[in-house]
Amino acid sequence: MKKAITMEVNGASCQVEVEPWRTLLEVVREELDLTGAKLGCDIQVCGACTLLVDGKPVSACSVLAVDADGHRVTTVEGLADGDRLHPLQEAFMKHGALQCGYCTSGFLLTAKAMLDENPRPDDEQIKSYMGGSFCRCGCYQEIMQAIRSVAQA
Amino acid sequence: MAISERPLSAQDGQRLDYQAKLTGRAAYLADMKMPGVCEGAVLRSPVAHAWVRYVDASEALKVPGVVAVYTKDDVVQGTGIEPYYGPVFKDQTIVAVDKVRHVGDPVAAVAAETREAAEEAANLIVVEYEDLPPVMDVRDSVKEDAVLVHETVRIPEHGFADLAELKPIENTNVCTHFKLRKGDIEQGFAECAHVFEDTFILPTTQHVALEPHGCVAAFQPDGRVNLWSTTQNPFVVRTQLANIFKMPVSKIRIMVPYLGGGYGSKVYPKIEPLTMALAQKAKRPVRILLSREEVFYTVTKHAAFIRMKTGVKADGTFHAREAEVFLDTGAFAEIGPRVAKKSAYTAAGPYKFKHVKIDAKSVYTNKPPAGAFRGFGVSQSAWASESQTDIIAKALNRDPYELRMQNIYDEGDEFVTGEKLWSIGVKDCLEKVAKEMKWGEPPEAPADPSKVRGKGLAALIKATITPSISCAAIKLNEDGSVNVFTSTVEMGQGSDTAMAAIVADTLGISLDQVSVLGVDTDVVPYDLTTSSSRSTFHMGKALELASLDLCEQLRRFVSEEYEVPFEETRMEGGKVLFRESALDIREVLFNHFGMQGGTLVGRGEVKTSTVDPDTGDKTTSSFWFVGAGGSEVEIDKDTGRLRVLKHATAVDVGRVITPLGCQQQLVGGAITGMGQALFEQMVWDNGILVNPNLVDYVLPALGDMPDEITPIPVEVPHKNGPFGAKGIGETSLIPVAPSIANAVDDAVDVRIKDLPVTAEKIFLGMLDK
Ligand code: FES
Ligand code: FES
Repeated sequence: MKKAITMEVNGASCQVEVEPWRTLLEVVREELDLTGAKLGCDIQVCGACTLLVDGKPVSACSVLAVDADGHRVTTVEGLADGDRLHPLQEAFMKHGALQCGYCTSGFLLTAKAMLDENPRPDDEQIKSYMGGSFCRCGCYQEIMQAIRSVAQA
Repeated sequence: MAISERPLSAQDGQRLDYQAKLTGRAAYLADMKMPGVCEGAVLRSPVAHAWVRYVDASEALKVPGVVAVYTKDDVVQGTGIEPYYGPVFKDQTIVAVDKVRHVGDPVAAVAAETREAAEEAANLIVVEYEDLPPVMDVRDSVKEDAVLVHETVRIPEHGFADLAELKPIENTNVCTHFKLRKGDIEQGFAECAHVFEDTFILPTTQHVALEPHGCVAAFQPDGRVNLWSTTQNPFVVRTQLANIFKMPVSKIRIMVPYLGGGYGSKVYPKIEPLTMALAQKAKRPVRILLSREEVFYTVTKHAAFIRMKTGVKADGTFHAREAEVFLDTGAFAEIGPRVAKKSAYTAAGPYKFKHVKIDAKSVYTNKPPAGAFRGFGVSQSAWASESQTDIIAKALNRDPYELRMQNIYDEGDEFVTGEKLWSIGVKDCLEKVAKEMKWGEPPEAPADPSKVRGKGLAALIKATITPSISCAAIKLNEDGSVNVFTSTVEMGQGSDTAMAAIVADTLGISLDQVSVLGVDTDVVPYDLTTSSSRSTFHMGKALELASLDLCEQLRRFVSEEYEVPFEETRMEGGKVLFRESALDIREVLFNHFGMQGGTLVGRGEVKTSTVDPDTGDKTTSSFWFVGAGGSEVEIDKDTGRLRVLKHATAVDVGRVITPLGCQQQLVGGAITGMGQALFEQMVWDNGILVNPNLVDYVLPALGDMPDEITPIPVEVPHKNGPFGAKGIGETSLIPVAPSIANAVDDAVDVRIKDLPVTAEKIFLGMLDK
């Protein structure tokens, strides 16, 4: 008993039939082939699976796809404008805010949501907003620098 | 970052993998689609130690969508496979055959059309266990009446050369016992004015690469098999699979996509043998992706118990060091014997002891297998050695920096093995870190009077795996661009960029002309492993040699074509120069082939040995990596709460190849070290792991970071490294924990000897005063 849901994903409307128990992460990765978001912990703590739903960060590993029915979803694949990288992507590149890249999609999207809410966060605000994402390669210092550089631009 | 002058093709912020990784388009293992693939699920032991009496899969086979179930019957009577494997000893089986030896030990596996069906079926498999008492601590495990984890251990015919002398001790849980001796320890202690003895403990931890392990195996109609795997050493895995499945290595093809972190967790066979066995039985491609919980059961970092005794002369000269190091290798040897050996080499730290007696034992317990972890045994021995150095300094009323400088290795000093040490910038590292930490000045007074601050230092020396092999090839195309064939696995450390930069710099072409294929064992030449901080030094050198091979071929063409003596040609800036002329690579190729087209192949190989080929001297390590770290901490006197305010890390990198990659490795390693120092530990209760998830196993997050982590690359070139470069992947992690514990003692006079350094331990320590 699949259910048809409609979401706006990265600006384009899309319809998928999903079983009611499928997570948003599974559907985005497996049905829509948008694999930028990763499964890291499966219990809403690591941030690797973060997607934006109506502009707000959610842990897609712990959200049912059916609950995203009728909502707007942004994935890392939707950040760049054609060939032009998003300023956060540019900053991550410039400051070296990634190594293995497994956490990158989550950090970029969370940072985007934060800056959309508050374009001028201070360090403490950045640390608290971004506190729900882990980078195991240890790029925190570079991530701070990258986000700061966009926030101050 | 300050860098010495050098031709540099890799600019700041330029990495070959960034475009793909930043746009979500880099394909990691779990992102790949494969038509017709079955999903695999593993049934794991719920108990730490038990005989497996029978396994009944009949109910599982009835679940719709199930394609195959793999149990011990398949291992024992199955398809003519060799049941036992393992990198050092053959003590592992694809699924448990006689006993389960830790919670999470694989007992059976199911392949099905969907993951749900596979998991449902796995849960319907009935297993009868006959419980045995588990041994969960090395101190219990080495007791004479301890229950045995392995009744017998099989030794492979062709093991690693550096571990050949190590054998399990029969009828004990001691997997290996490595002895290192120098001088006469008793005489040494007798000659000392002071003798110190302490015990240090480190808990089991886990790498937590954000990407869990995974593997896809697909047999071809002609009997060959393709695997995609999250492995750091595909060639070692290939050898192990060839032995298990009795196939020539040429029929096993392993491809490795980008890894989402490794840190040692992805070396040696992990889920590959089971995935391949299941695919063989299912006659379908099979994919197994481990859950986070399963990763905790797959590999860990060795817990350790270390007794350290040090004799010091009246003037502070380090004279005699005795250490007994027990490393908890868990249920299987894995690479534990080498971890213990490496730990032993550096249990005397980077200091000039005359008399040394080290006993490093790798010990079986009923915990998940412990394996390689960034720091590889040295973060364990350095925790003990560098903590004790400060204990000694305090007792002798000496400055810990001065005391270290008095005893630390210099160029040409004799190592504990008797060999001489060269290219050893440890003094320089310590000096630079001390300067960065404003050593000698008291810490700035905190505004809040309930807080106190302190500073601490630590230094280290570590070996790299020796002997080892790296082979490389590069292909020069008709337009002058280059394809690089290397088995170094890009797992975040920036190796693709470093390798491409070495090729570009050697040929004198720009970095954007160079592409790195990625790992495919059918195509790329052999490399032992992407670990032990060895890739830049070994593979980088092989690629430098491959590039020089190409240069020579190009010069030869020009020399023949234009009839100039070979010696009068040279290569510079991507051009062959001779007489007054300069031909670019493209023209040389065009002239040689007579048309646009053709390929030139350059080859390079590096094989290291335990004898220096130039001098005939013994070399335990093809290069030594050294460094130092310093921490400043602030402690809340009311609660013991600790904050690291600043950390500086100086690493002898030999030569910076890619400035960004270098910075990332230094800072990233230090952050991993902070997790180990402050938070991380796997906790067992009655043989059950209580925190195999990322809520209860605490990782460092952005908010835990110091205000500043300062990377300081120190360049003491090595004669055999590409452009003088050495490995840098592990160094910065090692001094973090002892430098923090030393800073804590400096601040509140509390000595923590068991990791992690928690607020509770500090608080209780302050209460005791
Ligand atoms: S995978 Fe969803 S938060 Fe970790
Ligand atoms: S870059 Fe590897 S986890 Fe962040």
